[in-house]
Amino acid sequence: MDAAPTPIRARPLVATIGPVGWARANLFSSWASTAVTLVLGYVILRAVTGLFDWAVLNAIWSVPYNDKGIPDTSVCQTNSAQGACWAVIADKYRLILFGRYPFAEQWRPFICVLLFIGLYIVSAMRRFWRKELALIWAATLTLIGILMWGGVFGLTAVPNDYWGGLPITLILATFGIALAFPLAILVALGRRSTGMPAVKMLCVGYVELIRGVPLISVLFMASVMFPLFMPPGINIDKLLRAQIAVILFAAAYLAEVVRGGLQALPRGQAEAADALGLNYWKKTFLIILPQALRLVIPPLVNTFIGFFKDTSLVLIIGLFDLLTMGKVALSDPPWQSFSTEVYITLGLIYIAFCFAMSKYSRGLERELGQAQRR
Amino acid sequence: MSQAASTTYAGDFMGSQPAITLEKVNKWYGSLHVLRDVSLTVGQRERVVVCGPSGSGKSTMIRCINRLEVHQEGRIVVDGTELTDDLRALDSVRREVGMVFQSFNLFPHLTILENCTLAPIWVRKMPRAEAEDLAMDLLKRVKIPEQAHKYPGQLSGGQQQRVAIARALCMRPKIMLFDEPTSALDPEMIKEVLDTMIELAESGMTMICVTHEMGFARQVADRVVFMDQGEIVESGTPERMFEAPGTDRLKLFLSQILRGH
Repeated sequence: MDAAPTPIRARPLVATIGPVGWARANLFSSWASTAVTLVLGYVILRAVTGLFDWAVLNAIWSVPYNDKGIPDTSVCQTNSAQGACWAVIADKYRLILFGRYPFAEQWRPFICVLLFIGLYIVSAMRRFWRKELALIWAATLTLIGILMWGGVFGLTAVPNDYWGGLPITLILATFGIALAFPLAILVALGRRSTGMPAVKMLCVGYVELIRGVPLISVLFMASVMFPLFMPPGINIDKLLRAQIAVILFAAAYLAEVVRGGLQALPRGQAEAADALGLNYWKKTFLIILPQALRLVIPPLVNTFIGFFKDTSLVLIIGLFDLLTMGKVALSDPPWQSFSTEVYITLGLIYIAFCFAMSKYSRGLERELGQAQRR
Repeated sequence: MSQAASTTYAGDFMGSQPAITLEKVNKWYGSLHVLRDVSLTVGQRERVVVCGPSGSGKSTMIRCINRLEVHQEGRIVVDGTELTDDLRALDSVRREVGMVFQSFNLFPHLTILENCTLAPIWVRKMPRAEAEDLAMDLLKRVKIPEQAHKYPGQLSGGQQQRVAIARALCMRPKIMLFDEPTSALDPEMIKEVLDTMIELAESGMTMICVTHEMGFARQVADRVVFMDQGEIVESGTPERMFEAPGTDRLKLFLSQILRGH
């Protein structure tokens, strides 16, 4: 009755190893599957080669300019069915990226964009996750402010009516997310507080009110109606008003995401912290939030990406963000018919930022998840 | 059975003041009356085991002692401090009272060592190096110093519960509360946790332990308290309680758990 243990057998060799095996198992496993593979393969091949022909082989990269500096786009016009006219980008990229910022001073917003990107990279690295990071942020953002506004250190002053393009988008997105996130955490905590019903009602009211209206109407409120409520003589800058609207709007959504994380956490975690004598704030910042935020990295990044793109809605209140500058560039008569090229370029810029965010979040999830398998 | 409930404890526990006093404590969840006139006095260095069927209020009672649950009537005095809405008094009580939970409740995002040093550093303001030395000493005492740099998820249930005990001891508590510490463990791991608790009991710690481990009760308890339907039905030495139960409810309960084992 005491049988010998079942002998350990090697895993059987399967023919599904290697690219050929994979293709056989996934693409050609039956005649129906083979047919679908062939049809789709043909469609994809046609689309890709067509795009490649249009975007690269038949594309026109530059056009001649007449002696008044006006581009002659007739070659592009005749070629428009066969190939892209990237000359529009070559001609307008500085307008699109930096807006109406004085041409000779555009190195300043350029450096600001690099500073923003550098800031993102540093913030993304876990070994910089310490108190000094706040200082790095403060210093970088101050530097960006000095560079953009000027007026000191021999830089000519450039009022923010002249700002535009990528810096506006990055400013709105960075300040929007960086300030909305802590606000969202406070709102989420307030919404869950049991001891303070007034705070809780305020937080619930805030979230429900903001979620109940479209971002566009919040922006309209900020830009058109808000000045009506202010006493005469007080004029808050338009960019600042849009920025505040974006922060308030993003915070309401992020608060709900954070609250989801707080709710997913087992009650025992808070109880264990209580039992050890940690007070509310220590419990929250040492035990609850590190775990809750980790749980909601995917929806958080989802919301971040959404808001990065939603900053383009400020075009409605006359701020010149990246997308608006694309439209402005297209209003130049010689280039009016080349919107496809401009929008593809804008799309690629947005994709670069958003893809970096999602790629990073997946890495972060994996890295943080490794430590705690429950 | 209020007379049995107010059993006095043996003379050698009569220090200057009792460690824990519950006086006619009542608690309701909505309209459900979960603690009914519970009175209990635990002396310094006394070891009390609380048993009773599920839903008898034993966990609720022990959780009232460090105010994880709030009682609505009566008085609870721990180490000379009455539990009220006063948060400062509550903080001082919680610093002196360690608790071990059924579900361990280790912090999964921190290593074992960080789990142990967190409260000494942030609550007791102990220097990090000192807290780490203390934590390593206690991890040695619960026999898992080699796991210090792992995360809770990498440990077995028994090991996690021993870490939870070490974590509570790192605060140098005067009183330890155990809320069914072995109920969530696989049978082969119960012994390692009970051994740790026995060692702790023998070191003279004041303990209240909610458990169904009658062997543990026999070995270390000075007194066994039997609860049913929110009240203390009977209490006495483990020998007296197990050999000569004074009530039908205790008899029924004992027959049920003995059959279960």
